[in-house]
Amino acid sequence: MGEVLAPYRALLASRLRSQLAYRRSFVLDLIGAVGIGVLELAEVLVIFSSITVLGELDLAGALLLFAFAGIGFSLADMAVGHVDSLPRYLRSGTLDAFLLRPLPVLAQLITSDLQLRRLGRTAVAAVVLVIALSMNTIAWTPALVVLAVLTPLFSAIIFAALFVCAAGVQFWLVEGGEFANAFTYGGSYAASYPTSIFSLPMRVLFTFVVPAAFTAYLPTLVLLGHAGPAWTPAVLGWFAPVAAAGIWTVALLGWRAGLRHYTGAGS
Amino acid sequence: MTEPIISATGLGRDFVIRTGRGLRRRRSITRAVADLDFTIEAGAAVGYIGANGAGKSTTIKMLTGILVPTAGRVHTCGLDPHRHRRELARRIGVVFGQRSQLWWDLPLAESYRALAAIHRLGPDTLRTRRGTLVERLDLGEFLETPVRQLSLGQRIRGEIAAALLHSPELLILDEPTIGLDVLSKERLRQFLLEERAAGDTTLLLTTHDMDDVQRLTDRIIVVDHGRMAYDGTLPGLVERVGADRVIVVDLEETTAPLADVAGTRLLGVEADGLRQRLAFTPGSTTAAAVLAHVSARAEVRDLTIEEPDIEDVVRRLYASGT
Amino acid sequence: MSALAVYAGLGWRRWSAYRTAAAAGAFTNTVFGLIKAAITMGAIGAAGGMLAGYDALTGATYAWLAQALIGPVNVFTWSELAERIRSGDIAIDLARPIDPQAGYLAADLGRAAFQLVPRAAPPLVVGALVTGLALPAELLPYLLGLVSVTLAVVVSFACRWLVNLAAFWLLDLRGVMTLYLVASNLLCGLVVPVHWFPPWLATVAAWTPFPAMLQHPIDIIMGRAAGPEALVLLGEQVAWAIGLLVVGRAVFEIGARKVVVQGG
Repeated sequence: MGEVLAPYRALLASRLRSQLAYRRSFVLDLIGAVGIGVLELAEVLVIFSSITVLGELDLAGALLLFAFAGIGFSLADMAVGHVDSLPRYLRSGTLDAFLLRPLPVLAQLITSDLQLRRLGRTAVAAVVLVIALSMNTIAWTPALVVLAVLTPLFSAIIFAALFVCAAGVQFWLVEGGEFANAFTYGGSYAASYPTSIFSLPMRVLFTFVVPAAFTAYLPTLVLLGHAGPAWTPAVLGWFAPVAAAGIWTVALLGWRAGLRHYTGAGS
Repeated sequence: MTEPIISATGLGRDFVIRTGRGLRRRRSITRAVADLDFTIEAGAAVGYIGANGAGKSTTIKMLTGILVPTAGRVHTCGLDPHRHRRELARRIGVVFGQRSQLWWDLPLAESYRALAAIHRLGPDTLRTRRGTLVERLDLGEFLETPVRQLSLGQRIRGEIAAALLHSPELLILDEPTIGLDVLSKERLRQFLLEERAAGDTTLLLTTHDMDDVQRLTDRIIVVDHGRMAYDGTLPGLVERVGADRVIVVDLEETTAPLADVAGTRLLGVEADGLRQRLAFTPGSTTAAAVLAHVSARAEVRDLTIEEPDIEDVVRRLYASGT
Repeated sequence: MSALAVYAGLGWRRWSAYRTAAAAGAFTNTVFGLIKAAITMGAIGAAGGMLAGYDALTGATYAWLAQALIGPVNVFTWSELAERIRSGDIAIDLARPIDPQAGYLAADLGRAAFQLVPRAAPPLVVGALVTGLALPAELLPYLLGLVSVTLAVVVSFACRWLVNLAAFWLLDLRGVMTLYLVASNLLCGLVVPVHWFPPWLATVAAWTPFPAMLQHPIDIIMGRAAGPEALVLLGEQVAWAIGLLVVGRAVFEIGARKVVVQGG
């Protein structure tokens, strides 16, 4: 195992060293990332400054939701967020360089540009998570503890798959990076609000097609003991691993097809 | 007999080009490479020549597994390049002169550490190999400088060391000297000559620079519009297209233009006829015969024979439509 | 003046070359519009059907108009000038017989003119179909709205110009750009209407040019600000535009002197 991972460790270590080499600009970037996290939080707070309940969630519930989605998305963004700028890699020939190395291309792409600065956003969301957990009254059981711990993790895994989907699509739509944004950043945006405020088609879209609801909303319902709206009952909150497996299958197939398209092996 | 390091049979690649918009959208097929047959034996040094868009890069991409052929077969190091991309990557080194495989914000030393991990070189192997390359490519001075701060010449040397780090059997260089100044070019050629003399690395080189071809290769393949136009030695090519040679004579005293020497064309007269340039086609006459004719008219103080300009030779090859 | 028209034309043409990108941008704006309209309507519903003067329909209309205008107004980052300053290409702009600020502004207006229809129409059409739009029936708000959107582009440009000028003094602008992005997105009314802000935040916003980029034009188009009120908003936009352009000029002069004296 260690043998297999050694190249990636070396790649990641070299990336981290280069980011930390320019300390001042790294700190500024980190502050910028905190700023983005605060902006997203401000949006929720401004909305709740005029109302008390959105969907079935009060401010405390909404903050819990925000925190799960925020941690998941920012971790995914840190690890694989750069893959949706695939056209840049295509133009600069970096992808060809990857193809000339004895490692899988996707693994090289993922390890090529880990962005530590995005942890600034994770930090904001983590602070909100601590506050939100203390604000809500949750009837803790061991199962719920496991759920609360695993939710940010599976949230990150699901968002990471969305980024890989976005990358795969761009083998065909080189100019259409923003199409992909609609599902990655759009998915994250939709995930930070109770899915129940959406119309049924959108709720189905963001649950079963782009599984954003699994990253935060559905587990939050389970933790807070809500029933959940029609078609997307709270019990689905336990199924984030299934959603993650599903979307990763789609992502990897899409990536494989995209790479085959690029190398002309047919698609 | 050992297996050739590259063998291509009927190799071809089509691209679908879409033009126009909406209803007027059309698909047309462009043939970037067609019917290429060649083999390259281990240890050879081959120049792969052609005009822009002649199909050079497409061929290189097919040889290295980046692109899949639409026709024919290719084997590199005995492998199907696309199917065994990763295995092949361990055995070849590739340098694209205009693209970088180094990490632009890291020093070369870091890039080599990462590449060593990628190719699973042990620390001892890395140390010896890196030491040799650093010394021979003279990288010591800027080994710790981030790549983006290197000059082009330094970067290309760094790229070549990166490609050779894992001691590949085959080194493919795509326009390695493009944009380099005269000194850096010369240095690079010197290194490549030494590398060839030292080991059994096979060299495949695409270039626009005819000096590269002359100095570095013992065989050339010329492609024109994706098809093989010539495969052989450089002198053989010169002979095939029948390029003229030029004989330049410096005479002892001012002489009337030597316009009627049999089998030659007078190209120019300088300094009142003290220096005259005559072109002749090998085959129709010889340098000795020309010299004999000239000596009969005036005393020759010195003479030089100019080899044909190779770009001109390739142009002639293209023009002859073979 | 004709040179500026040429620059505006170039701005238009450069962007019209990226049709797929424009389509992709419009698609993303529309998807975000769907989410945003749902959130807005959800919040208004939770507030009892009315929130800061918006009912469900006008709230959704606000969300759709915001999504329609962000492309042309470009409240996001722009770093072309900063890149030219860093690479030293700015010297080429200085050598041209046209004022750089005016030249870039003309090009930006050309870009905005090109993007207006392709970026604004798709979200508005989808909005009309999905939630319906509450738009005035008379012509005047649209005419004033067009003036207001143009002014919004100028204000947005003047702000981005200033942010980019930081490249004369700073090596890495990413931090500055991100903070600008955060401040402008929140305070221009993109995430929620400025009218929803708690009083202290509304006061902060009022002291910045950001509402002039999005909230003002939308208020005018929707007829929320009509007659004298609309004129006040337009006046505010003009004041911000002139003020920021003048400051931008002065700062550019100082930066350009640095380039000329130190040779980059």
